[in-house]
This record gives sequence, structure tokens and C-alpha cells, in this order.
Amino acid sequence: MATAVAELTRKDFTSDQDVRWCPGCGDYSVLANVQRVMPELGVPRENFVFVSGIGCSSRFPYYMNTYGFHTIHGRAPAFATGIKASRPELSVWVVTGDGDGLSIGGNHLLHAIRRNLDLQILLFNNRVYGLTKGQYSPTSRMGMKTKSTPDGAIDHPIDPIAFALGAGATFVARTVDVDAPHLQEMLRRAHAHPGTAFVEILQNCPVYNDDEWLEVEDRKTRATAALTLADGQSLVFGEKGARRGIRIVDGLPSIVALPDGVDPVSLGVAVHNERHQTPAYAFALATLHRPEFPLPIGVFRAVETSTYDALLSAQVSDAIARRGTGDLRALLHSGDTWTVESGALEPD
Amino acid sequence: MPQKRVQEIQSVAIRFSGDSGDGIQLTGTKFTESTALAGNDLSTLPDFPAEIRAPAGTLAGVSGFQIHFSSEDIRTPADQPDVLVALNPAALRANIRDVRTSGTVIVNSDAFNAKSLKLAGYDHDPLPELRSRYQLVEIPLTRLNREALADLEISQRDADRSKNFFSLGVIYWLYNRPMESTLRWLESRFKGEVLEANVRVLKAGHAFGETTDLLPVSFVVPRAKIEPGVYRNITGNTALAWGIIAATVQAKCPVFLGAYPITPASDILHEVARFRHFGVKTFQAEDEIAAISAAIGASFAGMLGICTTSGPGMVLKQEALGLAVMAELPLVVVDVQRAGPSTGMPTKIEQGDLLMALYGRNSDSPVPVLAPSTPGDCFYTMLEAFSLAIAHMTPVIVLSDSYLANSAEPWRIPDVAALPRIDVSFAREAADFKPYARDPETLARPWAIPGTPGLEHRIGGLSKENVTGNVSYDAKNNETMVRLRAEKIARIANSIPPVEVDGPESGELLVVGWGGTHGAITSAVEAARREGLTVSSLHLRHLNPFPANLGAVLRSFRQVLVPELNLGQLVRLLRAEFLVPAEGLSKVQGQPFQVAEIQARIGSMLRGKG
Repeated sequence: MATAVAELTRKDFTSDQDVRWCPGCGDYSVLANVQRVMPELGVPRENFVFVSGIGCSSRFPYYMNTYGFHTIHGRAPAFATGIKASRPELSVWVVTGDGDGLSIGGNHLLHAIRRNLDLQILLFNNRVYGLTKGQYSPTSRMGMKTKSTPDGAIDHPIDPIAFALGAGATFVARTVDVDAPHLQEMLRRAHAHPGTAFVEILQNCPVYNDDEWLEVEDRKTRATAALTLADGQSLVFGEKGARRGIRIVDGLPSIVALPDGVDPVSLGVAVHNERHQTPAYAFALATLHRPEFPLPIGVFRAVETSTYDALLSAQVSDAIARRGTGDLRALLHSGDTWTVESGALEPD
Repeated sequence: MPQKRVQEIQSVAIRFSGDSGDGIQLTGTKFTESTALAGNDLSTLPDFPAEIRAPAGTLAGVSGFQIHFSSEDIRTPADQPDVLVALNPAALRANIRDVRTSGTVIVNSDAFNAKSLKLAGYDHDPLPELRSRYQLVEIPLTRLNREALADLEISQRDADRSKNFFSLGVIYWLYNRPMESTLRWLESRFKGEVLEANVRVLKAGHAFGETTDLLPVSFVVPRAKIEPGVYRNITGNTALAWGIIAATVQAKCPVFLGAYPITPASDILHEVARFRHFGVKTFQAEDEIAAISAAIGASFAGMLGICTTSGPGMVLKQEALGLAVMAELPLVVVDVQRAGPSTGMPTKIEQGDLLMALYGRNSDSPVPVLAPSTPGDCFYTMLEAFSLAIAHMTPVIVLSDSYLANSAEPWRIPDVAALPRIDVSFAREAADFKPYARDPETLARPWAIPGTPGLEHRIGGLSKENVTGNVSYDAKNNETMVRLRAEKIARIANSIPPVEVDGPESGELLVVGWGGTHGAITSAVEAARREGLTVSSLHLRHLNPFPANLGAVLRSFRQVLVPELNLGQLVRLLRAEFLVPAEGLSKVQGQPFQVAEIQARIGSMLRGKG
């Protein structure tokens, strides 16, 4: 019997396994919020599949009482592609991290996004390798000193949002591990989006990179350090009395001060639009980084186009409609064949 | 015109050769179709360069296609061609040393000019000295071909491109082959001037054969005595692809094929992709790892997951394959082996991936390994691979090779109703469901797929607790699980047929082969018997686990010879597993065994023991 969708609660999504992240890990908050949102989505529990790679975040499926597949390092998007392309009716969620998704698995992440399969991809970004005990990751800041970079990291970091936009993502959002309402809203939006929904979750690693996102996690500093994106609203941030706005001219963002009572639009402050067909505007937002700029939080881009899973299924159903269901005997006998009669066994 | 003499012969091997832009593979394929329709047994082998268009006229650009046809049973494309068709000096130079002494060599004499000779690396015209050693037939092919098309509105370049069909016409006359199948094909493929040009030069070539003094005799190869049935030609790659389609039909379960383009396996993807109306989904992945990962994902979701690749791609798949071993999901992985190591010779032949298939993953992670023995056998091997994968919830490796992949043979089309069914049953019962509870006989775990209420569960690569499948770091449990998975694969030996010995069941010498060397080994054994030697042979389809009786059979012979196109991989396994003094015969030249090579070794092993 299918579980009645309306009756599902958070408990229905909690597995019987003990959660084994470090105390204070941001993953706890993400797990709790995912479990809270699942019952609201109108999907039977048995149709959820959580797929992960390797790393701390990739333990996630073990704690969800859904179907789950903890795969190999970096390849979760490829496994998810096979699942979703096979069974488009399933709700497939990929859980990955900055090392898993952007280092060893960068190629798969890129291609899953560009194919626009109807997946939800949650990338937990703590800017460090946790499970292997503290090496720098592809999102770590330059200069970061770790066991593998005692003199400081000399790689230029990659921004997950910019990566996803570059891959042609149709839905890109950033949220924060401890901001439950916002995180839940992003999960709902991601699920509602038809196509690949990429969500970067800023996540704290209390052991190897503590307080990396403190400015945006902390209520006291958040208003200044973060730019909360809302469709149709101007790009405004800062405490009351010290509000500022983001102007984007020729793709280049800059900050303008906003005296109280002045309409930001009159000063050229951009109005957020998730639906620009080109990703240029969203990419400009993705270049906003601390400390020069506030860090944008919210939906960068949400546009719709065809999905790989739907097109693949349509090719199959179209082929069946056009040619009829395949006939093995007809296939084996197609093209040039010849018959050897039993008489041919005798010499001529 | 006086009627020319017609002579009956038992068999002949022809090698067509020319520049890779000359349409040699097409010429060979068309002659093969016609020969099959004429009722001969046959075997073919294409030999083409990896470069798509190497510089015209050079040795690097030479493309060849050999066909061996007969009124008797044959199993190989023949060691030495009786007839060589060489459309340019490079083709002559690349192939002449293979031709049987005093064989027939047909050349396009127009192509033997100073420039072409130099491109081919000749510092003098080789034809004069060949006249004494071969039946050299010098045909001004380019000129005759142009003359045949003189009144057509067609460029000289296009006219010259059709000269392969002129040479095909000559060969059709020489071996009294019907041209109808080729004419039908041309009509289905071309129209207008191009159709007219090709039809005209084909017929002109035929007419030239009839009238020229250069070819005084034509030959007839009578129909072979072949088991009754409906036949077609099939290559190993096509047979594998159709085996995949057959598996989806026999299992009533859709196939998901993940693949990344790689020579010589890509044609399987191309072929399967044509048949979406069988419900199959094909996925050209971003890389080899994604191809297998997606296929495993599809298996997890309840499809028949399969991926197709060749050696270098197989290396990349091994980590994901290890996960499929751990997750105990059905999956078929096809490795169409090619000459290596590394990139090696992508279009050439080798059997070098056996040990990788068995042992190429971290830790103890056994999987069943199967190898087809002929192009047609690829079809049945694929069906068996899916059947084993599903019945035992395990990935299965199929080791084909580029010889099987590209060579063609007549194949008796099976009766679809008689093909084995593949039983797929998904877990449904939620009460007391345990993801790693096992079938007491096969040790297979249940296949519980997403969308089934109450069976929600998690799998993955971490060590699993017995029965529940929960993550476990318990020391004893890990050993239990490693042993259970090994035992599960070992028990497959109970369900596969015992090996059958061809020849006496015990004695002095047993020749053991596997995979695409079947034809050469069988032919060599038969040839040795015709010499009066007593020798037995067996051919392994199941490389892991070995058939249950293999050890006893091996120990029934004083000597065991294992010919392989590698430096001795099966022989190492047999010696390790059964402690028998097996000897290897190795060849790693990117070419198949010649019958004579194996026959010579059989002879020396038997006579040496006098």
C-alpha cells in the first residue's frame, strides 16, 4: 500500500540509523530541514531517492527513510542521471559537497546540469575536506593553511554558483545551513522547478573550517554581509540607516549608498529578476563575494527548458508510436537473409 | 567470344586492399553478402587503420578486408589470402608478404606511377619482380573506370571514387558470384548519377573479367553443407547489440545502456540506439565512469543496466564496478578488448584484459566473466550474461574482442520462441523486508526498486551488516560479507554447463582456449588430426567461475596448451587454480592467430614427447 501522502510527517523520513556527524556540524540542520520539507512535497515516500557520493555530506542518504544510494566519490550526479532517466516519476535528490561535487566530480556535475535532468542537487559547501581530515578544497580561499597546504593554498577557488551557471543551470540558489525558513523555502523551490535545481548550502565545518560562513549565519552581521535575493525586489542590503544597493552596469556590479527614503531604482539599483533568459545577470551576481560585496542568498536564476529525462522518454514513446512495439523476430530477420533447405545437406 | 574455362575449387581467401578512402570495407561487405547468398560457409576479417583519413597513398592509410569462403566448414578468415586486390602501391606493399606463394595479385596498374610508388616507400616499380612469383593481373583500373563513365555528368574525382566497385565487378566474375544483392543495395542507397555510375562500373568490371585475356579461368566454390535454417551475416558487435535487445524482450524489462564512444565498442551503442521502439534507453555519457555509474543507477531503479567499452575504458569503470559488487546489483559490462597497453592499437586484436576483468578492482570483489567464441555466439553470451546478473544479483563482465567485433560469419537465426526466458522478479513484500537477506540456494539478495512502498532502504559502498545492509564496521561481519559475496559467485559454477572436450576425454594433449581464438584453435586441432596426431580441445566460455569439471578434465591430459593473444593470462589462472603444467602460446601483434602457428605448436608438443 502506498503511504497516504497527506499523512506523512518528518518522522516518516527519519531512518533508524544513528546520525554520525561531528557535534555542531551544519549537516544536522540541513538534514532536519530536508526531513521537515519532504512531507509537504506531495510525493509518496517510496518515490524519493537520495543519491550521494563520498564525503561527510554524502552520508546523508543513510539518515533518510527513503530509497538511498551512497555511491562513489564524485559520481553521484551520474548515478542519479541513470535513475532519473530510467524512471522519470521518481523524485531524485543528489547530496554532494565542495570536494565531491566540484573536484573529483566536477565533470559529472557539469554534465548533469547541462542535460537539465529533473534533479535536485544539494551541494554542501564548507570549503574544506572533512572526511579525509582537513585538506583544502576547490572552494577554499587562496592562502588557506591546511595539512596539505602548510604554506597556504595557491589555487584560485571556484564559486559553485558560477560553476552551475556556466554549465547552463536553469535553477540556481544559495542558502545557509542554519537559516531554517530560507533553507526550507529553497528546498521547496528546488523541488517545484522542472529541470536540474542546483542549491549551494553554505555549511559550517566546526572541526576543520569553523565559522567560515559566520558573517552570513549570524543574525547580527547577516544584514550587512548577505544580500537576500527576492524576485522583483531591488538588490538592497545593510542595516536600516546604512542601506546600500547593488548597481550592475555592463555586467559589472558596484555598491551605491541609499539615503533613507530614496527609491533604490532611482539610483540605478538593479531589480532582481530570476527569469532572464541569458545567465549574464545571474553570473554578475555570482561574482559578488566577501569582503568587497555582500554574499547573495536566494534564487539566482529560475528559467524553464526541456529536460533530458522527459525528452528521452518521449523518444522511446514516439518510436513505439511510429514503428509499433519492437518485434525481435522481425529484427533478427531484417536485411539480407537466405534459407538453407534440408536438401542442401546433400552434396550437389 | 569463346567461353572461358570454369574451374571448381573448395575454398578461397581474398583480401581487398586500398586506401582508407577507397571504400574497401564496403567492397568487402558487399562481396560477403553475395557470397553468403551463394551458400558458402565464410569468415571475414576487416583490418583498418585507426586514423579516419590517413594521408592518401601511404602505408598508414591502407585498409584491408579479408574473406575466406568455402564449400566446407571454415572457422577463420584464413592465414594467407589466395588473392590480393591492391588498388595502390601502398596496399600492395602492406599486404604482399601475406599472400600465398604463387597466389593471384590483382593491381590497379594505373596507380603505379612515380608519385604513388614514392608515397608507398618503393624506390622502384615492384611489379616486374612480382610477375615471376605470383599470378599478377595488371588492370588499368582507373582508366577503364573513367571510360565506363565518360558520358556521365560526374566529376573525375567522383568517377575515381567508384573504382572499388569496378574491382568488385571483376571479382564477382572471377568467382561466379551473383551481383543482385549488391545492385539492390546500390538502388536502396543512391539515386541519379551516383547510382548510375556505381551500377555501371560494377557491370563494367564484370564484363571486363569476361572478356580480358588476363583472366583465362573463372572459379566456382560450390554451396557448403550447412545446417538447414534461415541465415544472415552477423558481426560480433551486431550480435552483442541484438543480444541486448533480445534480453530486454526475454526479460520483459527495459534496458538502459550507458556508453562513452570508444573503438571498437562504439558500434554496439550505435546499433542499440536504433531500437528505441523496444523500450531501450541509450545514454552517451560524459565519460566512461559516468557511463557505468548511470547504468548502475538504472539497475538500482529496476532497469537492465549495461555498459559497453574497451580496455582503456574498462580501467576507468573498475571503481564503479566494485560498488556494483558491494551493492549486489545486476549489471552487464562489455569489454571489447583491443591491443594495448594504454591506448595501444585501438583497431587491432588482443585478449589482454582477462586478468583485469577478474582482478582489476580493489580488494576481493569477484564477478562472473564470460567470453563469446564466435561472432554469432556474442548474441547468446549476452543473453546468458543478463540471466546470470539477474539471477545472482551481480555485475557480469563479457569479454569480447575486436576480432569478434568486426569479423562476420553466417549465423543461423534462432527461433525466438526457443530463446531462454530471463526471470525478473522485484521484491514486493514489505513485511520483514531485509535488503541483504539471501536466497538460500544462490545467495542472491532481493532486487527492491524505488517506487515500492515499504521497501525504502539504503545501499552503498560502505561495508554492510549481514542481512540488514546497514553500515557496519564490525570486523567479523566484514569477513562474513566478503566470503558470502565470493561464495555467491563461486556457486554459479553449479548452474553453468560442464566443459565439453572435443576429441578424446583424456590423453597426451589438450588445447584450451577462450574467446575469439575459437576458430583458429579448432581449425588447428582439426589440421593436426589430419596429420594423424591425437589431440583434444576445449573452449572456455566461463572464465569465472570456471565450470565445475574443468580441473578433472585438465588433469586427464599429460600436456595442456593454452594459446592466447596476450602474454599468458588464462594459462596463469589454470596453473594457479588447478596446479597443472599448462603451457602458453602467446601472440601480441594485434593480429589473430594463424592456424598454422597453433598447429605447429601442437605438432612440436606431441612429437617432442615422441
